[in-house]
Amino acid sequence: MTPSGPQSRKTERLVALVAIALVLFCPPLIIVVDRLPSPHIGWLSLYLFSAWAIIIGLAAWLMEHRAGR
Amino acid sequence: MRTDPIILGTAFGYLALLFVVAAWGDRRAEQGRSLIGSPTVYALSIAVYCTAWTFYGSVGRAAEHGPSFLLIYLGPTLAMLLSPFIIRKMVRIAARQRITSIADFISARYGKSSSLGALVALMALISITPYIALQLKAITVSHAVLINYPAAADTTLVDEHFWMDKSLWVALVLAVFIILFGTRHLDASERHEGMVAAIALESIVKLVAFMAVGVFVVFVMFEGPGALFDQVAATPGLAGSMRLDSVPGGATGWVGMLVLAFLAFLTLPRQFQVLVVENVDEQHLTRASWLFPLYMLLINLFVIPIALAGLLLGVSAGDPDSFVLTLPLSAGLEGLPLLVFIGGLSAATGMVIVETIALSTMVSNQLVMPLLLRSRRLHLSTKGELAGWLLGIRRVAIVLILLLGYLYHALIGDSYSLVTIGLVSFAGAAQFAPALLIGLYWRGATRQGAAAGLIAGFVVWCYTLLLPGFAQSGWLDAGLLTEGPWGIAWLIPYGLFGLEDWDIYTHSLLWSMLANVGLLVGVSLFTRPTPLEQTQAALFTEAMHPNLQTAPLWRGQTTQGALSELLIRYLGNQATRRVFRQNRADNAFAADEPANAELITRAEQALAGSLGSASARVLINSVVRGEALDIESILSILDTTSQTLEYNRRLEQKSQELAQIGEELRAANERLRELDRLKDEFVAMVSHELRTPLTSIRAFAEILRDNSELPDEKRQHFLGVIVHESQRLSRLIEEILDLARLESGRLTLNPVPLDLAALARRSVDTIAHLHQERGIKLEMSLEADPAMVIGDQDRLEQVIINLLDNAGKFADRHQPMVRLSLYRHRHHFRLSVEDNGAGISVDERERVFEKFHQIQQDGDIPHGRPKGSGLGLPISRGIIAHLGGRLWVEDARTLGGACLTLELPPAPDHPTTTESSASPSSP
Repeated sequence: MTPSGPQSRKTERLVALVAIALVLFCPPLIIVVDRLPSPHIGWLSLYLFSAWAIIIGLAAWLMEHRAGR
Repeated sequence: MRTDPIILGTAFGYLALLFVVAAWGDRRAEQGRSLIGSPTVYALSIAVYCTAWTFYGSVGRAAEHGPSFLLIYLGPTLAMLLSPFIIRKMVRIAARQRITSIADFISARYGKSSSLGALVALMALISITPYIALQLKAITVSHAVLINYPAAADTTLVDEHFWMDKSLWVALVLAVFIILFGTRHLDASERHEGMVAAIALESIVKLVAFMAVGVFVVFVMFEGPGALFDQVAATPGLAGSMRLDSVPGGATGWVGMLVLAFLAFLTLPRQFQVLVVENVDEQHLTRASWLFPLYMLLINLFVIPIALAGLLLGVSAGDPDSFVLTLPLSAGLEGLPLLVFIGGLSAATGMVIVETIALSTMVSNQLVMPLLLRSRRLHLSTKGELAGWLLGIRRVAIVLILLLGYLYHALIGDSYSLVTIGLVSFAGAAQFAPALLIGLYWRGATRQGAAAGLIAGFVVWCYTLLLPGFAQSGWLDAGLLTEGPWGIAWLIPYGLFGLEDWDIYTHSLLWSMLANVGLLVGVSLFTRPTPLEQTQAALFTEAMHPNLQTAPLWRGQTTQGALSELLIRYLGNQATRRVFRQNRADNAFAADEPANAELITRAEQALAGSLGSASARVLINSVVRGEALDIESILSILDTTSQTLEYNRRLEQKSQELAQIGEELRAANERLRELDRLKDEFVAMVSHELRTPLTSIRAFAEILRDNSELPDEKRQHFLGVIVHESQRLSRLIEEILDLARLESGRLTLNPVPLDLAALARRSVDTIAHLHQERGIKLEMSLEADPAMVIGDQDRLEQVIINLLDNAGKFADRHQPMVRLSLYRHRHHFRLSVEDNGAGISVDERERVFEKFHQIQQDGDIPHGRPKGSGLGLPISRGIIAHLGGRLWVEDARTLGGACLTLELPPAPDHPTTTESSASPSSP
């Protein structure tokens, strides 16, 4: 009956998504990726773009799919 | 192809196209068929964030500082993810209070303070000017590169007189263009739908242009990203260029830049304009929160490949900021560079248009209007509309802002790269963030606190970023940067208090934010807000409260005539009629009637939409006696609302509980009726069962009494019948008594260790005779032998015989078969009795254990009466349950009929871990 149920679930998921994005985009993890051995220009750029794309994908899913189950 | 007429013709053609789109958008808006009523257009308009700095400068920064350019876009990504919490609130407040700019927003939050609004407007003007200069520089340089390639572009700029400087003309053309479509009319809501449509189009153009260069460089010049990266890896100087080492400030610089971009995205005047002021529907944020980050991802996808390609080509590619142009030029292309130039022009003009409109609104509403309203001369002489004045002020402001931008570019711009200028502006705009964001969530922030924080943050920003810029361009002594002012080393602008190894932006952000936030919070804690400030603070912090907007906020008194006169003077007849028309029909206009609260609120909003909230406040106060709603009233509205909501919630919960209980009661009632019916049937049946043997006993006894000379043989037979029927009678009574004891819990059992296998054998022996008579084939399989359990010998035997007897009754009529098996299942013993009859359907399986229940078998109808009393199984289950076991029905494993299985735990002294020998046997 109360609309706050699924809505607050969506809010919680969104907060979790922001937390994931912060962890992925901030130092400890960035440094770890940067130090991985690589034959080319390093993994950092590829990692950043992939993490970014994943976050955008998750956000799109979260925002567009009807009020979370 | 790269001649001035063609390039200029294309550029002006493109600007004309933009103008047509904007005019079309405005026309559609007037007709009420908005072009921008789509979340996609909204997301594209936010992409005004990607300026010439993104278009040309990202590549430059990637070439110099590796992947750190991405942070400028990751910060806004975080902000957009948080948009349901931050931006949505800002949008709602702005719509409700008719906010026109970020200066207006901050001024409104802190009690509609005109001084705070003026301060923010001034700060915005100073910090954004370099950013506008950057766009002018980008347009001029890209044009020069296009014309002069392969000669270097920079040399031609220095030698020319200022009237020959193309930047000046670019600035003037842009000024005319912006005046034409930014200040065509003054509406109550400061929205520019046509402009937003044009900006959205520009966003598409710059994305297409940049991706075209990217695809060309990666797939035509280098045959794919693999080939490009292989070449880079083979070049010693470049292999490490995309690693963290090349990011200025390392990990600290990384985080600093992320925070800076996050804050600036929310506070840059043009972002505030498109995100908040131009938002037509709050719901559009949902789509934009991921679509805009996706846009940024796409436009940055090829930055690294282009930067690396440019570095590989070396000298022929020129300045990294121009790689986007010089790479296709070096390949000898003609059309693509022109497209790139148009893309860059899009990025630059889009930014300049929105930024200048936002700044000119601030200048007119926050700086000039308050001064004009204060000057008595204007106030007295005003007879006509002020709208014309206001438009005039904005037009002059637009020209001045662009000239200021040009001046900065002409005097300082050349000593900086694009990104450096942009970041200086970012750090300046970020100074609005504490007053904005803290004010949005903390009711205790006061005007004095905000002002102190803003001023302190701004001063620190000037000292750590703006002044060093002047020093670098030769305006100030360069020694300031190396030795500090008057040789004081700990005051060096780029290394305040000895913090010299940080990158300059993180360094500036740290000190300015410390001063800004510290003073905002500190001063707020020790100052007392005015009543209006408290009211506005409550309205801002509680903006998402569901019922806030329905409350009327004015309690003052004035006449409709006075209000109408005020509105006509400042907004003109048309806008005034609109305000009054929205008033309810029964409240026809009457000059002498008092204006109601709703009308006063709407009049103030209409004024605020054109003049800013501070000026609107002053004007309304000049005709209305009384005060706006005070903080206590607002809080009491909120409290009442939340209490009502809470009561509603509780009521709802209670009624749900009641409904559930009602449902349970109904089910229980249903069940009771069923049981009652069963009981009646049972009583009828028991009477029947009792009467049948009684009748035969009585009949035979009467025969024996009346016929004394019956032959012995017959007499024996009759006596046998009497005895048999008596036994049946007593068995039935015994069963009823058992049931009564079980139900009342008075059944006494005598549990002793016993061997279930032996018991099974004995039961089979007992019943074998009966089964033989009926022609039933009885099998026995004792896999567990011995099977020691704790039980009551007689009762268990009763149960097993009952199961065997039942199975015999329900087995197939023509070839009846019954099978008893005893086996171990995990730690328990199981004894199951199956038959080859019709079986028991799944939904009947639990009901056979109900008292008085009789299985209806289709084939048995002709027999007329049930095969048992309906008490055997309930009694058996009760006994087994008393012994700690279970009894249930399952599918027969071998015979295909019903299977009743009982399970008992093993006796404690005889753990079943030892494998007992299986000994199947059959009688």
